[in-house]
Amino acid sequence: MFRATLKSLLARKVRLILSGLAVVLGVMFVSGAFVLTDTLGRSFDSVFADGFSEIDVNVAATPKVEVSEVEGEQTATPVPAAVVDRVKQVPGVASATGIVNADGARVIGSNGKVVTSFGPPQLGENWTGESELLQLREGRGPQADDEIVINKSLATAAKVQVGQKVGVLTAFESKKRDFTLVGILGYSGDRDSIGGLNEVFFTTPVAQRLMLGAPDAFSSITVRAADGVSNETLRDDVARTLGAEYEVKTGEQVAADASASLKEGLSFFNKILLGFAAVALLVGTFLILNTFSIIVAQRTRELALMRAIGASGRQIIGSVVLEAIAVGLIASVLGLAAGIGVGALLAFLFGKLAGGLTLAGIGVPAAAVIGSFAVGLVITVVAALLPALRASRIPPIAAMQDVATPDRPLTKVTIAGSVITGIGAVLLFLGLSGNASGQTLPTILGGVLFAFIGVALLTPLISRPVVSLLGAIFSWSVPGKLGRLNSGRNPRRTAITAAALMVGIALVTGVTVILDSAKGSISALAEDTIKAELVISGVQGGPRPPSFDPGVLDRAKALPGVQMVDGEYGDMAKLNGESTWVAASSDVASLRQIFGAKPTAGDIDRLSPTQMLVSSDTATSRGLSVGSTVNVQLTRGEARTYTVSGIYESSQLTNPVVLPVTAAKDFAIPQPIQGFIQLAPGTRVGDVQPQVETLLADSPEVSVADREAFIKQQTSQLDGLLTMIQILLALAIVIAVLGIINTLALSVLERTRELGLLRAIGLRRGQTMGMITVEAVVISVFGALLGVVVGTGLGAAVVEALKDEGITDLILPWGQMGVFLGLAAIIGVVAAVLPAIRAARINVLGAIAHD
Amino acid sequence: MMDVPDQRGRRVLAETEEVDDVTATVGQQAQAAARANDVWKVYGSGEAQVIALRGVSAEFERGQFTAIMGPSGSGKSTLMHCLAGLDSVTRGTVAIGETTVTGLGDSGLTKLRRDKVGFIFQQFNLLPTLTAKENILLPLSIAGRKPDPAWYDTVIDTVGLRDRLDHRPAQLSGGQQQRVACARALVSRPEVIFADEPTGNLDSRSGAEVLNFLRNSVREHGQTIVMVTHDPTAAAYADRVVFLADGQIVSELIEPTADTVLDTMKKLDTPAEVGN
Repeated sequence: MFRATLKSLLARKVRLILSGLAVVLGVMFVSGAFVLTDTLGRSFDSVFADGFSEIDVNVAATPKVEVSEVEGEQTATPVPAAVVDRVKQVPGVASATGIVNADGARVIGSNGKVVTSFGPPQLGENWTGESELLQLREGRGPQADDEIVINKSLATAAKVQVGQKVGVLTAFESKKRDFTLVGILGYSGDRDSIGGLNEVFFTTPVAQRLMLGAPDAFSSITVRAADGVSNETLRDDVARTLGAEYEVKTGEQVAADASASLKEGLSFFNKILLGFAAVALLVGTFLILNTFSIIVAQRTRELALMRAIGASGRQIIGSVVLEAIAVGLIASVLGLAAGIGVGALLAFLFGKLAGGLTLAGIGVPAAAVIGSFAVGLVITVVAALLPALRASRIPPIAAMQDVATPDRPLTKVTIAGSVITGIGAVLLFLGLSGNASGQTLPTILGGVLFAFIGVALLTPLISRPVVSLLGAIFSWSVPGKLGRLNSGRNPRRTAITAAALMVGIALVTGVTVILDSAKGSISALAEDTIKAELVISGVQGGPRPPSFDPGVLDRAKALPGVQMVDGEYGDMAKLNGESTWVAASSDVASLRQIFGAKPTAGDIDRLSPTQMLVSSDTATSRGLSVGSTVNVQLTRGEARTYTVSGIYESSQLTNPVVLPVTAAKDFAIPQPIQGFIQLAPGTRVGDVQPQVETLLADSPEVSVADREAFIKQQTSQLDGLLTMIQILLALAIVIAVLGIINTLALSVLERTRELGLLRAIGLRRGQTMGMITVEAVVISVFGALLGVVVGTGLGAAVVEALKDEGITDLILPWGQMGVFLGLAAIIGVVAAVLPAIRAARINVLGAIAHD
Repeated sequence: MMDVPDQRGRRVLAETEEVDDVTATVGQQAQAAARANDVWKVYGSGEAQVIALRGVSAEFERGQFTAIMGPSGSGKSTLMHCLAGLDSVTRGTVAIGETTVTGLGDSGLTKLRRDKVGFIFQQFNLLPTLTAKENILLPLSIAGRKPDPAWYDTVIDTVGLRDRLDHRPAQLSGGQQQRVACARALVSRPEVIFADEPTGNLDSRSGAEVLNFLRNSVREHGQTIVMVTHDPTAAAYADRVVFLADGQIVSELIEPTADTVLDTMKKLDTPAEVGN
């Protein structure tokens, strides 16, 4: 039996390669995701281990507001200079150095633009001399207040040289300040940067003032142990001396913590990639199922013969499953290898994008290997199981008869399909209506999966009318008519092939519907509500949003024709111990006049320095009313008590909490991050805009735009997201194309005699190719049509569920859908190329004599 | 695709210059619907060389029903395939009507088969997706021509399929399917119809129906038919029988009967007599 299986495998290698390819691509995604995150994770480890290599023990103050990796860069609470002296007294300390080290030192390049970072912070630090790690390449360290040193990769990016004046924006000054570049430094091992990090070194007093906003304070203290004292002992000794107010850690701990928080972000990334792998594998499952069904159908005689000469049904199942295992194994190995390559490539690209992250060696974690084989094998075997069962039911008598497999009725499939689609719909409803008791995401995903499988099962029924309708377009020519008839010939096969394409197209359509609706709703709301003709803002590159000099606000207010100017500040803060986003407004009256907020209680038009406003949602969730007092801890300074003086109706455009502008000095970024300018009636935007531009000359991170441009810029992030999702889902579509090629190739093979006859009675080669192409186009357009319909349904359901979240308009991307259908037609043509050539080359004589 | 038809000759022979045109050369007439002139067909080369046809010359008159007979491997099917433009010849020329088949490219051959040749196969070879009527009209649709309504009616009535026109092949009996195939070959009024064992898959009654029908289309409508068969009864329906053995024409019968055909066949089956 085993030998027979092996032989039949070899005889069908092309077909199996095609379906194997689907598994290879899916497995590639799985192993690639693991390899990528493992490699990046270890690279971060080594970057941080390196960055903290000169620290035996690190002393820092407990942060006042904890900030997660997703929310931004953690701002350290300053450590008073006196603590350095206390640490020096601890026995076993060889040296203790106060370090200033904070995000927000932005160098302006020779082109007048801020050098941006795509990930790593832009550190501003105090110069404490060269070390094993830090080595001056050129010049000297900063000695005067207007001198700086920057690292080599930053100097290269900014195109500046030693001796030049260089503009820098700092954490406490978003107005350009000029410094003389006196030195350029590099790192041990001839590196220009560690992990893409940009560093600016000032003299200690300047760094304290501009980066910490506190003279006589540091971000942390670096302690070196005397000979013979272990880091752990020293850490415990220092901790005991300083008390619970300070976090004392060894250098290794600091490195590990820093790395761990980045890896959290990575694991999220990993999950997303695995999600797309799942989609690819789902599509692959359809393809494998189809291939094995066809193989079994074609081997009916052979299998019946085996039954006739004594093979048991179980042995038949075994032989089909054995084939599946062989295909799954080979595909897993290839997929694993391809995934290692893809993971390495992505890690390389990521490293480049992040500004030169030095990659640790490419690693293949056990999870990648286990995941690849488990997924590859399980998917293949599961997909082959149904065809195997069908094979075992072939009666021995089929060997003697001419195989006339009647079209099995579609009743069972249709009932199963309806039930499964129903389950999917119920799950989706539960998930989307928020009744899934904490399991919202799994419920929704399960619903989508069931819906896909259910619709796939219903497809054979739908395929008859739809395919013949679609095919009618081509019926004007004989090859077109024949192609159309052929595509309706085996509804199950056509259906599964089309369903594979459906999955990819449906997901793309669904996501497009959701994002377009979100975009449209937000734009519409912003256009209806925001009463500001000009907006000051910038595009965020790294972890820190762009900010500008608050002085601009007053000067803009003084411009003729300007009625109201509002500068918006924001940060994470702790309200009664709970983290939340808070905003401050330079002119509170703007809340009503520019953002159209409606008061529900109290007065929302003014704020004293001890008052705050909250949104109606915040008031409800935190049990606040006018007159309530709230303890607020900002990033800097001591906690203070504010009294709620007004409540406004929540909307998409309002912040949960508004503090007086005096509080903004204790925000992580004590400068405005957005500015809104309302013009007096009759003032032309074009008259004011250039003047505001002039005011922003020293704040190159931001620019002024009219409202439409601002809204477009805000929603453009969604476009980027959409493009990324479309690219990832394209893989699922590629797999579906393999499926179409496979189905067509098999059809050509099965119909060799027919093709020969057609050629014999005068069908030209071109007409033959046309016939196959029409068949392919009909199948793929059918799949795309299903996908567009199912995707629109899913998208509309999600949009409906998000109505309360502010996505009020359902926007159907008709243009995109048209593109998908057109694309499907092209896909069909492309998929038909090889099978069509094969069909056209059929040897007429051989085909007619073919048995 | 590399099927080697079993008619390719049963012996491996060294090439020989001995050409013997024993019997069957009919006088050169412009009237001939199909013509083979000194046709050689050689498969393979060197040690594995097989000669299927060795200098066959034959003419098939317009309006005549010719049967080609011979034992397995005599080259009868190869001759028909070469005449019909389905296979190329190694040497010599083949012509259908005014058209020289030899040397035509794929598109020329396709056009020739479409416009000048009709086929009837042992396995019927109907398209399962098309109705009987659509199958019959297929060669005309491919060529983009409209059927001559009167002739179409005549053909349908002759084959007696009027009430079966909307049926698909799977709903027809073998005999009915073969009659559809005959109608398909006839409806475009080709120069010549080639029939390859048309009764091979039919019971004797259906076979007789088909053969009667073929003979009538020759007698009444002047159709030219060349039929390959190994069944003496079938051959007896023809006006003339040409016998092949070892790739050569060895004998010919005019106005044959089943008995005379059988006698000739018996003689051919005795190897001693071959090539004498």
